[in-house]
Amino acid sequence: MIDFTSVQLADVSRHFGRRRAVSHVSFTANSGDIIGLLGPNGAGKSTIIGMLATLVTPTSGAITYGGRPARELGGALRGSIGLLAHELSLYSDLSARQNLVLFAGLYGLDRDGMIDQALAVAGLSERGDDSVSAFSRGMRQRLALERALLHRPRLVLMDEPFTGLDDAAVATVRTRLQTIAAAGAIVVVTTHDLDLADGLVTRVAIANAGRLVADERAATGLRARYRSLVGN
Amino acid sequence: MIKVALLVLRKDVAIEARSREIVYTTLFFAVSCVLVFSFAFVMEEGVPVEGAAAGILWIAVAFSGTLALGRTFERERYGETLRALLLTPGSRAAIYAGKLLGMVLLMLATEAVLTPMVAFLFHAPFFARPLQLVALLVLGTIGFASVGTLFAAMLVRTRTRDVLLPILLFPVTIPVMIAGVRGTAALLQSPPDEAVATLWIGLLTSFDTVFLVLALWTFEPLMTE
Repeated sequence: MIDFTSVQLADVSRHFGRRRAVSHVSFTANSGDIIGLLGPNGAGKSTIIGMLATLVTPTSGAITYGGRPARELGGALRGSIGLLAHELSLYSDLSARQNLVLFAGLYGLDRDGMIDQALAVAGLSERGDDSVSAFSRGMRQRLALERALLHRPRLVLMDEPFTGLDDAAVATVRTRLQTIAAAGAIVVVTTHDLDLADGLVTRVAIANAGRLVADERAATGLRARYRSLVGN
Repeated sequence: MIKVALLVLRKDVAIEARSREIVYTTLFFAVSCVLVFSFAFVMEEGVPVEGAAAGILWIAVAFSGTLALGRTFERERYGETLRALLLTPGSRAAIYAGKLLGMVLLMLATEAVLTPMVAFLFHAPFFARPLQLVALLVLGTIGFASVGTLFAAMLVRTRTRDVLLPILLFPVTIPVMIAGVRGTAALLQSPPDEAVATLWIGLLTSFDTVFLVLALWTFEPLMTE
């Protein structure tokens, strides 16, 4: 695992053929930040998340982790990144426990107690040996969150983490993200739900049509600010 | 690298043990394929067309292998689990190796059913030289699966993957098919032509070495968008 306290995007662009998914985006995320990456559909949020996760290569510009580029840090960097994408990356034919054991193994973690603890945090202690295909969307979402956080990543990337969660689960996830940020992680969250972002994020980055139109400290009146920049 | 590859393999085996989806569909398709060929190539007197058995065995292996490749990666696409695997810190080549091992095991299991079936229906003395036959099947399977696993992983995000996979895979694996068919046919001659079979085994070994090295080398850059 690589330890770093900041991630910087410097003039990053990503084109898919002739389509510019992300264009000249720059921002810095620091340890303890919860950055709300907001914007309408097609704004480039998921592409930015993919580039931060090292799964998508920028067409131009540079992304550095603690001042060092991903290419220099190699595979060990991936051990410092946790990603919860919109698709939950769970094997539905395996049980919750088998999913966690698999990823614990792939991250080279000592499994003793870790799996039971993760199941308990996800509220799935009683259902650990049930197939994931039998779970509701909310249960899968909670399990996927714990899978993404199993290796205590320094950079936590959450693409719509509140989708399908009831109010109690939303509150649990919010608290979880605030706890890991307070412990020194860098958290980047994309969401369409401005009410959920309000009060959770410490910084706001608003994307529109592939460009970053705002990067500022979070303040009250997020919805009004968003509408003034993006429209409805 | 070996640990990660074995974890990926164990995961695929656990999923298949629970669902049995790919094993059943692949076996059913392969057996159906051989039965259709047997209607075409076995005459009314029960005498098969001479020299057909080797070709039919390898065609059934290639067709059912292509079906299995598509289904294996469809499973990784569903729920974007391949992304999660690629984000783990281990070597991405190890993920390829794990998927390849799973494919090879599945194809060999299919061949274990197909070979006696073809031998029975086409009166083919497959087991006259069992070691050489096993060598041809194992090496041919590794060659086919090494290219197929790479292509199936590359195509996992394309909409036309089901069409593109055989279009890309079959031309590249023509040397495997030729070596497999000619080597097996040499073993079915009376008496078996061991020298010719050994020549094709050597060619398969070379093909496997080249494509395994290429696939392990190119998997990481090819899987980065």
